[in-house]
Amino acid sequence: MKLFCRCIATASSVAEYRTGPIAVSNVRDYSFTINSPELSRVRNLSNSLILVLALVLSSACSKPSATDSANPAGEYQKLLQTQLIQAKPGDVIMIPEGGHPINRGLSLNVSGVTLRGAGMDKSILSFKGQLQGAEGLLVNASDFTIEDLAIEDTAGDGLKINEGRNIIIRRVRTEWTNGPDENNGAYGIYPVQIENLLLEESVAIGASDAGLYVGQSRNVVVRNNRAERNVAGIEIENTISADVYGNTATGNTGGILVFNMPDLPQPGHSTRVYKNIVSGNNTDNFGAEGTPVASVPAGSGIVINSNDLVEIFDNDIADNDTANIIVSSYYATGYQGTRELAAAYDPYPETIYIYNNRFSGGGSSPDGLDLKALKVAMFGLSGRIPDVLWDGYVNPDKLDANGKLKPEFGICVNNGAAEVLNADLPNGSDNIVVGDPQHRCEHEKLPAVVLTPPLG
Amino acid sequence: MRQAAALLAASLLLGCAQPRQDVVVHPAEQPPALLSEWGVVLATGNRLELNAGVIPYELNAPLFSDYALKLRAVWMPPGSHAEFDASREFSFPVGTIISKTFYYEKASDWAADRHAVVMTDRQHELPPAGSLLTDQYLLLETRLLVRYADGWRAYPYVWNAAQDDARLEIAGDVHALELVSATDRQSINYVVPDANQCSNCHTPDHSAGELRPLGPKAWQMNRSYAWWDDDLGQLQHWTAAGLLQGAPADLSAPAVTAEWRVKAYLDANCAHCHNPVGAADTSALHLNIEAPVDRHYGVCKTPVAVGRGSGDRPYDIYPGRPDDSILLYRMQHADPAIAMPELGRSAIHTEGVAMVRAWIAAMPGEC
Repeated sequence: MKLFCRCIATASSVAEYRTGPIAVSNVRDYSFTINSPELSRVRNLSNSLILVLALVLSSACSKPSATDSANPAGEYQKLLQTQLIQAKPGDVIMIPEGGHPINRGLSLNVSGVTLRGAGMDKSILSFKGQLQGAEGLLVNASDFTIEDLAIEDTAGDGLKINEGRNIIIRRVRTEWTNGPDENNGAYGIYPVQIENLLLEESVAIGASDAGLYVGQSRNVVVRNNRAERNVAGIEIENTISADVYGNTATGNTGGILVFNMPDLPQPGHSTRVYKNIVSGNNTDNFGAEGTPVASVPAGSGIVINSNDLVEIFDNDIADNDTANIIVSSYYATGYQGTRELAAAYDPYPETIYIYNNRFSGGGSSPDGLDLKALKVAMFGLSGRIPDVLWDGYVNPDKLDANGKLKPEFGICVNNGAAEVLNADLPNGSDNIVVGDPQHRCEHEKLPAVVLTPPLG
Repeated sequence: MRQAAALLAASLLLGCAQPRQDVVVHPAEQPPALLSEWGVVLATGNRLELNAGVIPYELNAPLFSDYALKLRAVWMPPGSHAEFDASREFSFPVGTIISKTFYYEKASDWAADRHAVVMTDRQHELPPAGSLLTDQYLLLETRLLVRYADGWRAYPYVWNAAQDDARLEIAGDVHALELVSATDRQSINYVVPDANQCSNCHTPDHSAGELRPLGPKAWQMNRSYAWWDDDLGQLQHWTAAGLLQGAPADLSAPAVTAEWRVKAYLDANCAHCHNPVGAADTSALHLNIEAPVDRHYGVCKTPVAVGRGSGDRPYDIYPGRPDDSILLYRMQHADPAIAMPELGRSAIHTEGVAMVRAWIAAMPGEC
């Protein structure tokens, strides 16, 4: 079984689907477990269905690209390009009110520049019919502020800021105005390899990957933003020290993701996700297969994958139909082939602390046939997956004398009635467990992120 | 004996022709509006010519630019020379002007369709006489890289309709073209990069942010070139002519295996960003020619931020399975959300796709 539902029909994963029934046995005495031949039968059926589904998905993959009917980009585009090219440190470039058609990628390579519009519903750079450029605006610079404008309908990413320090993104809207569509660009707002980043009061709608995506960065505050109808609402990836608070993530496939991907220069850790509203993230996954988010099940509230030292508290998390929180390892994603992962990569989510959140609903209609079958078999037609769904992978090098994960690396849930479901993927879901007391624990809390120098 | 002959040829080419005008290195902040004011590339009558002392050169693996032919040339201040470097581009003296002129052969139906040009997968063919007939060719743009004391600057010039001069367009330009071959037609928007986009490729060390030439490196330049009228290597000619110092005497041409060709092609087309310190180090995919063919070269590597560029494929390079390889998918498309490289390509390079496809198809192993 996989938690992540859309798997690529590679030779290895097809073979895996054919492995047949998964025994559900090994009842343990300390908690609620399941031993149901019915579930086993459902799995048999679902495995073959998934195979068919996977093949259908993979054969239907190559869509024609969006047509590039040239937009009427004109004098303003040339003026703005020239302003960006000739900018000097300290310059403020104003984007006037109005809709401005742009058909080529813009870029800025000078540090110390501010780009400012009249408001994110007033100053609009529209890239519909973009001819060239993998993003709308590409910034290779530090000490950069962008605020009060919108970037719409880019072919690729909306705003990408690649490698820099002291970046402020404030009240910027990136949107694909046609709504969720697999032909939309990948990322809305995409700062990567940034040290000291403030991303606030911005809006991202319709990205076919992540609306707000912070990658490989350090010292990050993402606050008071809104992410709607993207595949991933907000994604924090391979980032060290991030505070994610006051955001609303709704109507995405997955609301807020904290991921670590392999082979990158920097593994991430230390992320606090708090005081956010993460609700109704049930949009069907419209990401391209092969992208990391394409396998995120619809109905995921907050997803931690392969990341460490993550704290989730004081959030309102509601009505995410697969599960309100998913904690998983790289092994549950279906990304990996048969080759070994790089030795430096830690695929396990460790030292996760979930407390004082307000959960309601969620888990009642999980995405993916495996999870549907599991839910029905364990919790009945009207039941629901518990608030925290965990794949059950642990690092075999970090076990105690009893063969259990050492407590300091575990998932602690101190959140009233919220329970953890351990899907026991490492053992073919032989021993699915709800309410293991090992999760009744606490971790030391993470310090707040301090932006240095202060931004804002 | 051959060296002496080369030296003689060089002195004939470099020393005897009288420049029709001086080459002028304009101040960095005041590039002239017209290309002719640099005195490097000149259009007179129906001919495009290089000024005396401007030396054309050719690369082993040129960047693909929508099937444009390219005339590459360098001018160095008299009496100065470049220093050889075994691993990166040669070190050129202050005042160097590197020019690259992009042009197409006009298609047979040019008279009826002023966008129709020949799609041919070859490097430029500058005859030893050193001029191009502009009634036969369409000149599109000339890009200059100029070396100042504080580093290189890039200036894009776009040729006018009369084809007698090119105008500085720092915001770039778009030119609709119909690429025509015996078997294929592609309608493209040929895009002249803006000045920032010039530097987005010419900054192979993204953290350092320093603009650098990409082509004139030892492995790229180490070849013969018909312009010199013999089969001696360019580097030997440059050395003999006093244009280059420090090149080893025993430079042998690279052993051109099928894999070397692919790696050279991927280096030229990808490694300005896809190298361990490049703009695309965010992807951890390194396609520089020195890099081993391992996971970081894409073999069984899952993508990071690929978006629609994945094409529903799992790995950058899937050995034996080109149609499951993301790298090939991105070469096979021109949609800016999918295409690689991100800049400078609006057409699909059919021959490049075929070469990389064959290499992946023959690669052993499983993911």
